[in-house]
Amino acid sequence: MVTSNPFSALFGRSPFQPLLEHIDKTTECADLLLEFFEAAHESDWSRATELRNRISDGEHEADELKTRIRLNLPNSMFLPVSRSDLLELISVQDKIANKIKDVAGIMLGRQMQLPDSMVGPVREYLQTAVATVHQTRQALAELDDLLESGFGRNVSEMLNHQIRELHRLEHLADDQQVVVRRQLFSLENELPPVDVIFLYQIIDWIGEVSDRAERVGSRLQILMAR
Amino acid sequence: MTIIAQHGELFVILACLFGFFMAWGVGANDVANAMGTSVGSKAITIRQAILIAIVFEFLGAWLAGGEVTSTIRKGIIDPDLLKSDPQLLVYGMLASLLASAIWLMVASRKGWPVSTTHSVVGAIVGFAVAGLGPGSVHWTAIGQIVSSWLTSPLLAGVIAYLLFRSIQRLIFENDDPFAAAKRYVPGYMFLVGFIIAMVTLLKGLSHLGLPLGFGESLLLSLGIGAVVMLIGILLERRIGRTKKSDDRFSFSGVEQIFGVLMMFTACAMAFAHGSNDVANAVGPLAAVVSVVAHQGSVGASAELPWWILILGGGGIVVGLVTYGHKVIATVGTGITELTPSRGFAATLAAATTVVLASGTGLPISTTHTLVGAVLGVGLARGMRALNLRVLGTIVISWLVTLPAGAALSIVFFFMLKGMFG
Repeated sequence: MVTSNPFSALFGRSPFQPLLEHIDKTTECADLLLEFFEAAHESDWSRATELRNRISDGEHEADELKTRIRLNLPNSMFLPVSRSDLLELISVQDKIANKIKDVAGIMLGRQMQLPDSMVGPVREYLQTAVATVHQTRQALAELDDLLESGFGRNVSEMLNHQIRELHRLEHLADDQQVVVRRQLFSLENELPPVDVIFLYQIIDWIGEVSDRAERVGSRLQILMAR
Repeated sequence: MTIIAQHGELFVILACLFGFFMAWGVGANDVANAMGTSVGSKAITIRQAILIAIVFEFLGAWLAGGEVTSTIRKGIIDPDLLKSDPQLLVYGMLASLLASAIWLMVASRKGWPVSTTHSVVGAIVGFAVAGLGPGSVHWTAIGQIVSSWLTSPLLAGVIAYLLFRSIQRLIFENDDPFAAAKRYVPGYMFLVGFIIAMVTLLKGLSHLGLPLGFGESLLLSLGIGAVVMLIGILLERRIGRTKKSDDRFSFSGVEQIFGVLMMFTACAMAFAHGSNDVANAVGPLAAVVSVVAHQGSVGASAELPWWILILGGGGIVVGLVTYGHKVIATVGTGITELTPSRGFAATLAAATTVVLASGTGLPISTTHTLVGAVLGVGLARGMRALNLRVLGTIVISWLVTLPAGAALSIVFFFMLKGMFG
């Protein structure tokens, strides 16, 4: 008899669930980047190609999720957070996956090989960047869990805790970046100059991954500040 | 006068049939809205919801449904104008019942969120204006009813907001929300029992021959509240602290405790709904029965015969059993964005508003009151997303239902008048 009940219609779909899905895709990409790094290190380029394609697919899916969230956030929704903050959050979030794809793309395209002495430090540096992405995901997931309390004092405490951790990881990545750069600088003369230019670029971009992950944390803080 | 004497029994039988039809519609449809939030928050199962609804809808109708029934029966139309033609009142009330029952069916099929209250009030006003002239209507009473349609969602919204804020303050912002929930939730249980009992005792029981004073009612309500609280504490004991690894504040345990509370608020809601909405079916029926029983003397201060409220309550239950369970299932599973704590705030606020209104005899729309309450929780940042476009649909259904009920009842009124003279 009832085709559309006013009650079930009154409750719109929460925008946080798709946001979580999006960050899940991004963390997947980040994990794949680690595998990709190992494959590249072993010069297993067919496996590296496959991994890069999977990263690219993941980034593409994340992109589609982003578009869907943007398009499906109608004005008729009454949300506990500001609409513009949400839109801002999703675009900041989306940039992480883009950068991950870029790193994999350039490494595969140039079939880059790191000098043996640098592999260890760069791996650690990359691991920190990936951990930052995971930390961002966790902050978002806990925020979603705690939404049901209607953002009390505990929630901001929790968020502050998560963001402090995020900041710590990003800072660690910065320190590791300095070490890796210094190492590359000392090897500069022995390597082909064009390779050096791109190595610097990779180092930069890995840093940007953790930077962008941290930026999501700041957006979350802004989201909660109202 | 002779018409009444001649066809009296037929009129009563017709009124019972139409009234039952209307009550069936209320049970089949409206109850689902009242119970939907409880099922949707997963606090109770659909089976439990139906059981609660059957018992408490019936109790609400029987114990506290009297005031609103008398408003519908004699508060809207001026009975003095009908002294010479009492049969017109009979036709009108029959027409109103049939009109709103049919409108309810049609709208439900189309999925429009109409209110049973609105269609009945619209129908009565409609036949009165068309058949008896605008002077026959108590316009101040109508004004009161109409304004209560605005104020009741507002009041429910404010109560829901305050309730949810208090839950936030006392429980969610506590360093140990689980312990806080165990400590404070019995207080909310007391509140549920106390408010419902108080309003019922003060306003509802006089027709059962149990007139209680304010002091006695207060004492009794305090007692009932305490009993409810005790039952709640016993149920609450069974909930242990379950620690999910990723749930730092054990909010899932808190929600489990609110789940217990939700059972009581579901009962309160069913009770409130029965007390207010049964009158939609029973009010016109009671008017017809009273006119026939008093050989056409319209103004007589007749007591409400006890079997009428039981007929209405029974109709609601039958509607619920034969059809309502499907609607509850649809509504209940459709609402996934409600946790027990939010569902509790919304439902208790709506229930309180409805029983208050029932106590003062105002027919209000349960659906709209609940919508107001849900919005109140949303304003306290408790809802993840609310679809405001639905509000527009609801407002439109308000605007459409009144004239639709009125038009249908005018048609039926003149049909009956043509048939019986």
